[in-house]
Amino acid sequence: MTAPANLGLARWPLGYLATSGPRADPVTALMWGLIGLSLLVITIITISVVWGVIARRSAISPGALEGAPLTSGGAGMMWIYVGMPLTVVALVGSLFWTMAALASVDRPAAVPRLTIDVTGRQWWWEVHYPGPGPEQGFETANEIHIPVGEPVLIRLHGGDVIHSFWVPALSGKTDTIPGRENLAWLQANRAGVYRGQCTEYCGLQHAHMAAFVIAQPRDEFDAWRNNQLKTGVPAATPVTAMGEATFVDRCGKCHAVEGTAANGRGAPNLTHLMTRQTLAAGVLDNNIDNLSGWISDPQAQKPGANMPITFLSGPQLRAVVAYLETLR
Amino acid sequence: MTALRTGDWEDARRPDLARIENDQPGERLQKIWETGPGLKGWFSDVDHKAIGKRYIVTAFLFLILGGLEALVMRVQLGAPNQRLLSPEQYNQLFTMHGISMIFLYASPILTGFSNYLWPLLLGSRDMAFPRLNALSYWIYLASGLFIYAGFVTGHGADDGWFNYVPYASKPYNPGVNMDIYALGLILLGLSTTVGAANFIVTFLRTRAPGMSVNRVPILIWGTLTASVANLLAVPSVSLAFFLLWMDRQFGTHFYDAGKGQPLLWQHLFWMFGHPWVYAIVLPAMGMVSDGLPTFCRRPLVGYTPVALATVSTMALGFGVWVHHMFATGLPNLPLAFFSGASLIITVPSAVAVFAWVATIWTGRPVITTAFLFFASMIVLFVIGGVSGVMTASVPVDWQLTDTYFVVGHLHYVLIGINVFPVVGAIYYWFPKMTGRLMNEALGRWNFWIMFIGFNVGFLPMHTLGLLGMPRRIYTYPAGMGWSVQNLIVSLGSAMFATGVFLTLINVWISRKGGERAGPNPWGAPTLEWSVPSPPPPYNFAVIPLIASRHPLWEAQLDESPARSSLNEGLLLDHGRETIGTSMLDGEPNLILEMPGDSAAPFILTLGLTLMFIGGVLRLWWLAGLGGAICAVALVDWFWPRRVHAGAETSNG
Amino acid sequence: MADAVYEPRSLPVGSREYNATGWLGALCLIATEGSLFAYLLFSYAYFAVQHGKAWLPDAHPSLRYSLPGTIILVTSSATAWWSERSLKRGDRAQHLAALTGTIVLGLVFLILQLFEWKSKHFTLSSSAYGSLFFTITGFHMLHVIVGVISLSTVLGWSLAGYFSPRRHLHLTISSAYWHFVDVVWLAVFFTFYITPYVW
Repeated sequence: MTAPANLGLARWPLGYLATSGPRADPVTALMWGLIGLSLLVITIITISVVWGVIARRSAISPGALEGAPLTSGGAGMMWIYVGMPLTVVALVGSLFWTMAALASVDRPAAVPRLTIDVTGRQWWWEVHYPGPGPEQGFETANEIHIPVGEPVLIRLHGGDVIHSFWVPALSGKTDTIPGRENLAWLQANRAGVYRGQCTEYCGLQHAHMAAFVIAQPRDEFDAWRNNQLKTGVPAATPVTAMGEATFVDRCGKCHAVEGTAANGRGAPNLTHLMTRQTLAAGVLDNNIDNLSGWISDPQAQKPGANMPITFLSGPQLRAVVAYLETLR
Repeated sequence: MTALRTGDWEDARRPDLARIENDQPGERLQKIWETGPGLKGWFSDVDHKAIGKRYIVTAFLFLILGGLEALVMRVQLGAPNQRLLSPEQYNQLFTMHGISMIFLYASPILTGFSNYLWPLLLGSRDMAFPRLNALSYWIYLASGLFIYAGFVTGHGADDGWFNYVPYASKPYNPGVNMDIYALGLILLGLSTTVGAANFIVTFLRTRAPGMSVNRVPILIWGTLTASVANLLAVPSVSLAFFLLWMDRQFGTHFYDAGKGQPLLWQHLFWMFGHPWVYAIVLPAMGMVSDGLPTFCRRPLVGYTPVALATVSTMALGFGVWVHHMFATGLPNLPLAFFSGASLIITVPSAVAVFAWVATIWTGRPVITTAFLFFASMIVLFVIGGVSGVMTASVPVDWQLTDTYFVVGHLHYVLIGINVFPVVGAIYYWFPKMTGRLMNEALGRWNFWIMFIGFNVGFLPMHTLGLLGMPRRIYTYPAGMGWSVQNLIVSLGSAMFATGVFLTLINVWISRKGGERAGPNPWGAPTLEWSVPSPPPPYNFAVIPLIASRHPLWEAQLDESPARSSLNEGLLLDHGRETIGTSMLDGEPNLILEMPGDSAAPFILTLGLTLMFIGGVLRLWWLAGLGGAICAVALVDWFWPRRVHAGAETSNG
Repeated sequence: MADAVYEPRSLPVGSREYNATGWLGALCLIATEGSLFAYLLFSYAYFAVQHGKAWLPDAHPSLRYSLPGTIILVTSSATAWWSERSLKRGDRAQHLAALTGTIVLGLVFLILQLFEWKSKHFTLSSSAYGSLFFTITGFHMLHVIVGVISLSTVLGWSLAGYFSPRRHLHLTISSAYWHFVDVVWLAVFFTFYITPYVW
């Protein structure tokens, strides 16, 4: 089994030294400003200490300290009289810039046309795209598609414990807290795949709870969305029919595939599993080998995950995988 | 329990003055003050110096345990996708690492030094409440063993030291591990609280005559401020854990998502947690403020601003706790307020930094190992401080929080402002405590290996955070751009640990083999350097009369004609006695009778521990038994002296 | 060498009332316990703000037991004060009577509280309000019990002749603790029983 290949992401998939959206960019500028200020302060103080020690060093040896001469007086207070106003100015400036950045990322420039519900679960992201009526909404998991250049409202729900939804290239993080709805918004300037990760310790597999935001041109997004709304399944072959039956029987209490009897809500919705690029919240690339391996022993890759070892026989496993491969 | 008496008890008397001549009055006082022999003496010792040393040794043991936990984690994280540890093992390790360092090392080590030094700095024969002092140590030891008992039996807490709900609640953590952590921490809180009360009353009433509040060393200000804060803040975390225990064991609804409020936990925890992190650095900053001037051969620049800055930092520290909750979805208005407060709190810290730099520049520094630790602390402090400024800015914190950037920040402030001054303090006060100097050559190696190792190990954490590495993850994938830096962090941490180990080696070889030290090997100004090294059990043969901040430097500095009186002063030898003085000016107004050896603190601790064990195991009869033992110990402790009711007239 | 002239005057020996270090220690205890109750009442306020008025199980909680209890507790503070004052004036009989009265009133308060608890239609685990109510009043009752035990012990010591008009620090401290417990009750009473009327 292989870990996900670089999905066309930047060299640092979770880095935010450079960002790609209006909810992150003003903050990134402020961050660089503060980094610059910090480095300046560190440099000044380090030089002051090191230079001071070297320049003012006494020739007296440590053994002769007892009775060694003393000094007092001098203009030492000048350090405080000069240093403090500079410090206050720097801090007040940072405060003003902070308030300005906070205001500018508070709400998007336009009213979001798209709302997405995201629920943090141990250890995956439940994603729901609501529609005008219940027939026009759909569920997916871990992978969120948005149209490029448009703001998107994210409603964050707590599912079990506290998680935190974070897509650094696009926005700062917001927690998902049980009993509470938090609001966030995203907008991507450029098409691409943006990686996210849970950033509030949530238990055994906190380390493996990635999310992917895929920004696409509007027409591609609409095409994707229309496909997600479909529930039709291609004609079954004997193998895939056996696979579907096994799937409904062994997996359907947790997983759902719209249009079948599998309607569990405790685990990711698999209706269009093959449209996703990764499995298990970013742990594995989505390919046949990985899918087989994952299904037969999820604990090997993600120990502690809520999906148990399935104990499927060889033929059963092949049938289920063949069935899942049809879910596009 | 009664002190040795040489005559009838007096309601009042005019205390004698005496002069130190050869062995007297020391020899007489030695008999009055020395601790009893054998095991009985060891368990009932109330001497602040013994208690201080016990605190320091115990705290270092927990430092070593916490450090080993960290090293194992760093082996796991040295490369991507490693499988040395299972997720559960890693989670318990990082939790115990935090608990050990923040609760079982960082505060107790400073309590230990303060316990040892305060009476010597203030010109007193002991702390205000010697038995309470012993109690605070025994409870600390008991709570540390209590919490570790859970860990070594496979029931370690695994939700981080901050223990957020709902993950800490029963549905997600059904075992007894969280109950051990919760009750163990409440037990520790008792130690912290009684210790805080002891410092406050000692400061207010047992200073030597003439030691007005503007003449006390900065370490006194640091520990005093931390103590006032702890008195008011510890109940918040004790309550938080108590309510968690209630939720877990009695079905209450404080924190559950259905009827409770998960965020209440975070408020209660951080309302304690933020003042706490200042309480674990301000005394250490005080040690630097007192030690650095000795090696710069001049008084601290800006004593009053530094003292005021200490107090105001702590006061402001009560108003910033929400900065640990910036990502929880609170409305912008309170976020903006707490962001502003978190930026402003930098101001008093900066005062101290400038004061230290000014002291170096207007002094003539003599480089010793202790000096290197104190001076380097200034740089580490500033690095930790500026990364704190970055996280204080709300929108920036939305990127930085819960990444390794914060891990870098917190280690710079904790190791930089606590560990480095503590090691400096060891080099500085070891001669006083043992009568021997530590090895200077080894000390230089000690310093440079620690300093370089620390920076190599922890500076990259800032960049790792900026590159998106979350914290509290047991492993990470390849291809994230984190692998090389994690390896560097692991190697640097190992180097740093080696440096800490060298400190222990130096202590070990110096305690018997170090060069002998007199009372004042550093030519330092404060009172502890006027007594022998190590000090006798009674500290001062006569209580000194104080005329300035620098009693031992007065003659050389000659800033005013006033001179402290160190060789002639109050004798106070009608039993274990010290002088009680007025709160602000230090005018004598009471002769304090100090208790002798007492087993009550140890017995009370046993009772409390049984109570808490009963609570964890839900054996209510055991808890009741523990409570009964506590009641008996307390009644014995507070038993009044009949003689007090006897004499109605004063004896002149 | 001493340049300063130092003429020590006559100083009291040992813990004499407000001069004693023990008194300040007691104030520290009161400060820390006071902040504990502040955090408890903060939790109540937090829930109240988050949930709104509908969170109250009864729009106007009954004062049937709590109001008499409040009056009794306030009275017991008066008797505690009276007990100390009598001792200072040398009237031992009044002192003992008032101290006994304080203890009895404290016990009556506890009994009334138990009736109050029994009268509630919610429990510790039925709702967040229930959890808060029984925990906060429970903590207070625990402090009352400790106060009663402490005052009783002091009564025993007083009967045995351990105190004098000038030296009775144990009584002073226990009384102060008792007054503190009373003040805390006023805060708890106000929070639970009065604020719903003005909300």
